[in-house]
Amino acid sequence: MEKLLGALIDGVAFGCVYALLAVGLTLAYKTSGVFNIAFGVQAFASGAIYYQLHVNDGWGILPAFIISVIIVAPLIGAILDRFLFRHLRSAPSMARLITALGLLVAIPQIVLLKFNQTEATRPTGIVPGGDVPYHIFGATLSRDQLSIMVCAVIVAVGLVLVFRYTALGIRMRAVVESPRMAELAGTDADRIGTAAWMLSSLVAGLAGVLLPTVTSQVGDIYYTTLLTAAIAATVLGSLTSIPLAFFGAIGLGVVQELLNRYLPTNSVLASNLRPSLPFVVLFLVLILSPRLRNKRELTDPLSSVDPPPPAPAAGQRSRELTIGTRVAGVLFGLGIGYYVFFHGNASVVGQGIQVVIYSIIFCSIVVITGIAGEVSFAQATFAGIGGFASAQLSSSAGMSVIFTIIIGGLIAAAVGAMLAIPALRLGGIFLTLATYAFALFFDNVIVSLSWVSGGLFPVVAPRPQLGSIDFASDRSFLVLCLVFLVIVGVIVMQVRSGTTGRYLSAVRGSEVAAASVGISPTRARITAFALSAGIAGVGGALLASYEGHANKIDYNATLGLFWVVIVVTLGSRTVEGAIQAALGFVLFSARVLPDWIPWIINHVQPFLHVDSLPNAVQFIFFGFGALTYAKHQEGILEANKVKSLAWVQGKIDRFKSGGRTKPGAAAVDTPGAAP
Amino acid sequence: MTLLVADGVTKTFAGITALDNIELDVGPQEIVGLIGPNGAGKTTFFNCLLGILKPDGGRVTFEGRDLARVAPYKRARLGIARTFQRVELFSGMTPRDHFLVAERVRNGRGALWKDVLFMGGPSADENERVGAMLELLDLVPVADRPIESLSLGVGRLVEIGRALMTEPKLVLLDEPSSGLDRHETEQLAGQLRTVQNERGFAILLVEHDVEFVRSLVERVFVLDFGTLIASGPTDEVFADSAVRKAYLGDIV
Repeated sequence: MEKLLGALIDGVAFGCVYALLAVGLTLAYKTSGVFNIAFGVQAFASGAIYYQLHVNDGWGILPAFIISVIIVAPLIGAILDRFLFRHLRSAPSMARLITALGLLVAIPQIVLLKFNQTEATRPTGIVPGGDVPYHIFGATLSRDQLSIMVCAVIVAVGLVLVFRYTALGIRMRAVVESPRMAELAGTDADRIGTAAWMLSSLVAGLAGVLLPTVTSQVGDIYYTTLLTAAIAATVLGSLTSIPLAFFGAIGLGVVQELLNRYLPTNSVLASNLRPSLPFVVLFLVLILSPRLRNKRELTDPLSSVDPPPPAPAAGQRSRELTIGTRVAGVLFGLGIGYYVFFHGNASVVGQGIQVVIYSIIFCSIVVITGIAGEVSFAQATFAGIGGFASAQLSSSAGMSVIFTIIIGGLIAAAVGAMLAIPALRLGGIFLTLATYAFALFFDNVIVSLSWVSGGLFPVVAPRPQLGSIDFASDRSFLVLCLVFLVIVGVIVMQVRSGTTGRYLSAVRGSEVAAASVGISPTRARITAFALSAGIAGVGGALLASYEGHANKIDYNATLGLFWVVIVVTLGSRTVEGAIQAALGFVLFSARVLPDWIPWIINHVQPFLHVDSLPNAVQFIFFGFGALTYAKHQEGILEANKVKSLAWVQGKIDRFKSGGRTKPGAAAVDTPGAAP
Repeated sequence: MTLLVADGVTKTFAGITALDNIELDVGPQEIVGLIGPNGAGKTTFFNCLLGILKPDGGRVTFEGRDLARVAPYKRARLGIARTFQRVELFSGMTPRDHFLVAERVRNGRGALWKDVLFMGGPSADENERVGAMLELLDLVPVADRPIESLSLGVGRLVEIGRALMTEPKLVLLDEPSSGLDRHETEQLAGQLRTVQNERGFAILLVEHDVEFVRSLVERVFVLDFGTLIASGPTDEVFADSAVRKAYLGDIV
């Protein structure tokens, strides 16, 4: 009995850690309409500043706390609101999620430019003598743990009171529902929005300085892992109920502590279930919670005043221009291919192969996001499944590698379909969270199993052989990868313009209307997930074969988030967009940062010499790039293509009509006219 | 044989009886109206017919087949099509695309492997059928414009066309006149009559615009507070004093 009570108290103490994040996350969603997956990294920023000031620079607790929590955290919130989310209030919730995703990628790297997290051990909390233990019913709680519990309760109760009894709480909710409607009713939506962001960021900052005492290190990864459990609690409260999120988080802490105490330490179940509990719980809550079924996202009642989205570039140009750009594109591609193949040195050929392989993987994001309109955070995991399966089959079972690459794709497709089936009733943000839970589960649990990744030593993935042709040399492997890319590219284009693409875009446009003509939204989504996962799997298998090993680091879930960011930023609607994203992904770290940017800087100014820029800049650059998604959901390259084509078309029209019409008039006035 | 039969459909929400033992039938090629003031339970009944809500009692049959276990999207394939009170269109697509999607579902020729083998594009006879529908509804001039750039009235027509492309035996129209002005409503009524004459399907019209109902409907059911207060030929029902009281108020 004593033991049980002790476990319960410890569980509640740990649950309060989750609760602080879960309540903050719910607050952010409720008041800004943004599912802020960057909440954890916002907390990390404050935690890092606090550690730097208090531990490294020797400041007192109070001044360090005031700077990091009371000043910097709300300031970050105000900046995010003023420069980003204020402009996204009427944007679809997916656009806001992608923006938060960009921040998740960018913010830690900015902090890490100045903060060394590997040395940030033995953090201290906000009360002096945090280690002092108290014994309560057989449980031992430190002063730090007690401070977390007190803060969590104060924050939760305080916020419930704010929402229930103050005008500010009601106004904040009104602004989320429809900022324009709230303004018509006499509320200054901008000011309320800023206040909401500052408030939720304050909670993030508070969590940021409190949590490191639990994790014993200040690192962005700990915040992200804790946030996953908090997301599960948040989902229990349907993202909107603060009390439910609070008690859900406490319950999660208790369950985790009970499992810790009562499962035998060495059992397979214990060693696998313990680390995976937050992800398993998140996934189960998502697929089982009756409150989430068929929950439709809020749409602004005044959203119809927005202008229609821009027509794709293809719709705006005349036939001559289409042929012209196609020919130019093919010539350009051939030129690059000729140079890489015949004149490139080993590193250029290697980069060429990577570009082609990542183009294939990114095509999977085109299918799921560009065509089906869903955002999946598990694409790296699907690539990993393809890579591991192919490597295991070819090195252990000795199958032909070409064959195992395709089998790897099929296995990934099957997993994708199986993931989609329970998650079917979910749409939008909840489906995305389910894929995220799956990716983290795979990363933390499945990948370390030796029959998957080979354990400590990565599985060897040989190069394919086809009859007498051996693809062991990089140049021949490049050709093979190109063949795969052409096949995948053609499949994606055909699917988009064919029945599957039409059904998916109908479901995306209106699910109920699609069902009313006899389309099964469920089946359409399973198809999209399976196809997308299969493509990612083939790409992952090629990647393993190129590197000679299936390395788990290549299929990391966080990397998968970055892939989504980069593809969505550059253009997720077309195969071209995927190729451009792959070029950006490979060349930015291999060429632009170490060679090109320093070269430009060193030639522009004479007094400063730059050798190379840290790789982190890539994450910051593309992380902020994702912020353009809200404005250009078709991708910035596609958007600029539309603009420049309209300009060229205008010139052509003017030339044809002898300079009588205004430039661009013909192209701009008939968006989406029949080609 | 009657096409659609609602036999004692009952639905309660947390103790409130939204629908009480509703009996309704629609014959082949017949135009039937369902009217009632706001809050009478029209939309609830509609959703029960479509499988979006499950009735607590009674049953709905279509051509003698019990619909209780038929998923909403499968009802479309049986021959029940619908439109929406608040238009639900496929954003980003043109009217032509809308019709093509519905046509492809109807003929069941689409498959992923066909897309991959370059067989996903519209065939000649599909184009022809879509073209015929565009002409029937006078939508040819806007056929290739994005749906967002078209007016609400045109959107309603596109919805009706999309429903008709599935070759339904019965079309359920959910307040097609809402948001349209008098002129647009009359135009819509005219177009509906022409199309119904040509294609010969049954219509169940849920409406509160009395003029619109009178101009189209042969038989009418009147709903008030979840119960059926009158049914029969349109003129007789509108002469009924209980109906006038419930619907039009005492003054008339």
